[in-house]
Amino acid sequence: MKITRRIEFSSSHVCALAGRSEAENRALYGAAANPHGHGHNYVLEVTIAGQPDPVTGMIVDLKEVKEILNQEVVQPFDHRHLNHEVPPFDRIVPTTENIALEIWRRLAPHFSGAKGRLDLVKLYETEDLYVEYAGEPA
Amino acid sequence: MRLTRRYSFSASHRLHSDALSEAENDATYGKCNNPYGHGHNYVLEVTVRGAVDALTGRVADLPSLDNFVTQEIVSRYDHRNLNEQVPELAGLVPTTEVVSAVIHARLDAGWPKDWPALDRVRIWETRNNIFEVTKDRS
Repeated sequence: MKITRRIEFSSSHVCALAGRSEAENRALYGAAANPHGHGHNYVLEVTIAGQPDPVTGMIVDLKEVKEILNQEVVQPFDHRHLNHEVPPFDRIVPTTENIALEIWRRLAPHFSGAKGRLDLVKLYETEDLYVEYAGEPA
Repeated sequence: MRLTRRYSFSASHRLHSDALSEAENDATYGKCNNPYGHGHNYVLEVTVRGAVDALTGRVADLPSLDNFVTQEIVSRYDHRNLNEQVPELAGLVPTTEVVSAVIHARLDAGWPKDWPALDRVRIWETRNNIFEVTKDRS
């Protein structure tokens, strides 16, 4: 069985490669290359897979999931400029893909064995763009 | 990783098969058989699957994907009559099953070889009716 928890965070970012001209970066990333930055209301769905505990009837304690998501994602990401304030995005481009990979890296150690397994990270940058990562080799 | 981009087009259609009698068409398609046609705000989701490029942090080149889908589908389907004005649908009953399969086939046929794989085409005819096509399970 799978259970999905949804959270939101709002962050600003710039998608651009260091050492490239603005025109080159606009060709790669479109409007997201604007050097002044822009922002999104990101929507994150985190899916945990496992069997319900025979006593509690729960795969995972959702209060704990909420706390982990708060600590690992919302507090560090929400109302921040990702490039300037949230490592590793000082070194790698905060595309939706890279943000999803980083969220997976932060969450996976919390969900193993008794707490259920991290099954999927689905990250919406807007209603028109989302990525899904299930831990496969990136 | 999978990346999904969402597009939309508004089009009219009429569900009617020349192989069926008037009564059979009415019984099969109900109000969708209205001879004057009707329309929908279709939502088209295109999902690609591939590795995240280590340099750009992207699975797909989004500006190129947007150009391709807009040129092949959106600009040719938007504000059109699907029965009369889209050549690849000529002679077909434009149910959303058929439209999804035709759009998938058209994208697949023109899909650049060096792009990440076309994973899935999903069409929302309305917010209540959703159709999806993949290569393996058409």
